[in-house]
Amino acid sequence: MVDQAELISAAQAGDRSAFDELVRQTYVDTYTLAVRLCSDEEDARDVVQDAYLRAWKSIGRFRGDAAFSTWMYRITANCASTFVAKRRRLRTEPLLTHLEPADPHPESQPEGMLESSMELDSVGRALADLTPRLRAVVVLKDVYGLPHEAIAEELGISVSAAKVRLHRGRRRLRDALYEETRSSRAV
Amino acid sequence: MRFEDVADLLPGLVDGTIRVDERTQEFIESDLRCQAELARYRKLLRTLEALRTRYFEPSPGLLAATLAAIAEEGERRVVHSIITGRRLAYAGAALGGVAAAGAAAAAVILARRRVLAS
Repeated sequence: MVDQAELISAAQAGDRSAFDELVRQTYVDTYTLAVRLCSDEEDARDVVQDAYLRAWKSIGRFRGDAAFSTWMYRITANCASTFVAKRRRLRTEPLLTHLEPADPHPESQPEGMLESSMELDSVGRALADLTPRLRAVVVLKDVYGLPHEAIAEELGISVSAAKVRLHRGRRRLRDALYEETRSSRAV
Repeated sequence: MRFEDVADLLPGLVDGTIRVDERTQEFIESDLRCQAELARYRKLLRTLEALRTRYFEPSPGLLAATLAAIAEEGERRVVHSIITGRRLAYAGAALGGVAAAGAAAAAVILARRRVLAS
């Protein structure tokens, strides 16, 4: 695999095949973030294409002070935010949620790992049930580790609004997961 | 102070996103419900972080479609730059023509004045 820094330099000089290679190396990660933000696989495909088009147009402005993947997360977050807002205006049918990827071989996992896999499923489902506004901030901060300032900038909100949404989102997740635990114990 | 008074602060306190005064901090540290709640939030954050390496499998056509869209954009950019270049060339030629015509007219006027003066 060619070094990412070399690919970025070549892409900045206009080498499209170098940029194509960057896409190949990162598109699964970008798609995963897009699915988490949109809660819809079809929308996520559109967001991924839009994000890479924007990245290709602005690769010359990538300074390299963050990893390429972090730069892509920011672009993807911005595209998804625009897309979700547009979708809210146009579409009325409910979105497909609970897209959490299934573990392909759960029986082969040790007991502890299986429990952890179930926890991941539950959190993934609870995350998909959050409103898009809360979900975006929780995903970008708690899953992908973006700083508050970057999240605020890409979502077009203030830093304090981003923090408020984050805390509200965490609270909802905690309530959903705790309620789930309580009801499953009762059964 | 009661648990309910500080419950809304805990999702921010768990990772230091927010800070509280000393009195509130002391209460939270000594209250068992607060500690249990903070433990839940810590677990939640650990699980959310673990989701980072759980990938969704894209449909097989996504990569090809994305690369095709970038290629199309690249071609559009080339065509655009050719058109822009031609426009600049036409504008340059037109300006050059106007300048040359102006210079010729000035030369004719000067020549006539000289003839009249002599």
